[in-house]
Amino acid sequence: MFRFIIRRVLISIPMLVLASFLCFALTTAMGDPLGEWKLQKPRSPGEIANAEAAAGTNKPFLERYGNWVVNFVQGDWGKQVVPGSTGLQVEPAVMQAMGTTAKLVIGAEIIALVLGMAVGVIGAVRQYSLFDYTATGLAFTMFSMPLFCVALVIKSGGIQLNDWLEKVGLGRWIITAGPPGAGFSGSLGTQIYQYTGAYVLPTICLVVIQFALYSRFQRASMLEVLNADYVRTAQAKGISQARVVFRHAFRNALIPIATVAALNFGGLVGGAVITETVFGWSGMGKLLVDAITQIEPYMVLGLMMMAAFFIVAFNLVADIVYAFLDPRIRLD
Amino acid sequence: MTDATIATTGATPAPNSGTSQFDSDSARSQWKVVLKRFMRHRAAVAGSALFILLVLFAFFGSYVWKYSYQQLNLGRYLPPSADHPFGTGHLGEDMLSQIIRGTQFSLQIAIIVAVVATFIGVILGAVSGYRRGWVDSLINRGIDLVLVLPPFVIAAAMTRSTFLLEATKTGSQSSNWLLVAIFISLISWMSIARTVRAMVLSLREKEFVEAARALGGSTPRIVFRHILPNTIDVIIVNTTVTIAQAVLLEAALSFIGLGVQSPDTSLGLLINQNKNELTQHPWLFFIPFAFIVAISLSVNFIGDGMRDAFDPRQRRVKA
Repeated sequence: MFRFIIRRVLISIPMLVLASFLCFALTTAMGDPLGEWKLQKPRSPGEIANAEAAAGTNKPFLERYGNWVVNFVQGDWGKQVVPGSTGLQVEPAVMQAMGTTAKLVIGAEIIALVLGMAVGVIGAVRQYSLFDYTATGLAFTMFSMPLFCVALVIKSGGIQLNDWLEKVGLGRWIITAGPPGAGFSGSLGTQIYQYTGAYVLPTICLVVIQFALYSRFQRASMLEVLNADYVRTAQAKGISQARVVFRHAFRNALIPIATVAALNFGGLVGGAVITETVFGWSGMGKLLVDAITQIEPYMVLGLMMMAAFFIVAFNLVADIVYAFLDPRIRLD
Repeated sequence: MTDATIATTGATPAPNSGTSQFDSDSARSQWKVVLKRFMRHRAAVAGSALFILLVLFAFFGSYVWKYSYQQLNLGRYLPPSADHPFGTGHLGEDMLSQIIRGTQFSLQIAIIVAVVATFIGVILGAVSGYRRGWVDSLINRGIDLVLVLPPFVIAAAMTRSTFLLEATKTGSQSSNWLLVAIFISLISWMSIARTVRAMVLSLREKEFVEAARALGGSTPRIVFRHILPNTIDVIIVNTTVTIAQAVLLEAALSFIGLGVQSPDTSLGLLINQNKNELTQHPWLFFIPFAFIVAISLSVNFIGDGMRDAFDPRQRRVKA
């Protein structure tokens, strides 16, 4: 196991290096960060040369890449280079955004996982029941819906709920502009009130889409296990059905879903773009969309590398969890 | 689809290529059986009908409907009526004609993605599974690499690229939607490549492939005539899934402003343009939304029906 982890970590290093090169090429292809500034009014050649030197775009591509890599591994991720921007350092900005995203994503992921597993197991145990058909239909519809529309509808629902709450004299509970920047304050009651107000809608939004995926996976793997010979043996021994389902079937059906959850979570850290955009959370997704729109190469690069790192890391976690849950798997 | 001869002749019926009468007969019945099973799947049939209607609507609707998408000032924010079944927008444009055009672009993008991604995936998967060795490792590392890059991020960064935008210009007109389609294809081919590779790896050891090799068949002939037709079921199912995903991904990209740009259009862009009308003029938001769901749902149902039809082992049997 230990050797396997070491080997996998070593394999992923060249992978990340190659990925960083591709990302660098992509951000270069995105366009000139000074393009907008050059168009604003005529600039003298001296001004342009100075600005290019400041942004680093006056050097050849490979040299720029080399410089960036060397600085990156030393913890200097560059800063915003578009003239007129605040010149924010990339690394702290990315880390802060990641904290915001993590706060939102972790809770939502756990709720979606628990709900999805429960619905999946019930759907498999009562296959072709009304419950199963409803859950299948619901999951199918969720898969076919663009997430951002769901998010927008949820948001407008929240605003209407606020209007109604205000009318009955309870004040506006739902916050659709992200968590308060200064953090939560006041008595415990107020804090809970603010906290739920900020989290409830984006969490629902994330849960809705993840839930569909997990419930389908859990149902499929549970069905496979329930049809296995050893489950029939257990039933033939005369064990109660509840014990068969939970002790014999459910524990084995957990293996595939654990892998899916790990992979999915790795992707989600960099991928809650839509939810963050709609609900105004300044997490990684929001930062990324802004950085791409403004052509901030180093900001985009930092975010891309962070997201790639999480995908690689959680791939590894998925493999380890798999081997841990299923002793038949030999990793090395 | 375990019987190779049947499947091979079934995919490419060639009367004088040395197959016996018996083979071509059973070949026809193989596809008949699949079709019959497909027709028994009610949701899939409904999905197919809906999808055909959507295609007709998108590509021929503009010839039938009286308003053009370019006509403005027909009256702003008119609710749906007999004259404007989907109402009008904030420039006084007829929404039905806008939806026709948006659906057309969305479908074009989805179909291009399905074709390009399937093509790349099948070729790379077949080569890597059949050749094995270092070619296989190389292609596999490539797949891993693309999977490491967060797809949404890549597509978003690529669609910004002015350099690539210049490159895809046809004449003086920029075709931004084509660019979006190509990008989505470039991040959608990996799952099909992996599936085809796994199937080719096992098929290449089968007796009929050995027989074809013993008869002196060239590698391309063995791969394209003998092996790939046996993976057609997986390929078709995967393609339908890709279409559904492409529609949603395109819509999401256009929504955050990094996908299709005007003067081109798409259903996602229409929603983006009308996202603030949700409460006051809900039809402007919900109609394009409904069309996206209709496309994606119908294609998903078709894929589900195909899977059941091709693989009778997964048939829904009451236990």
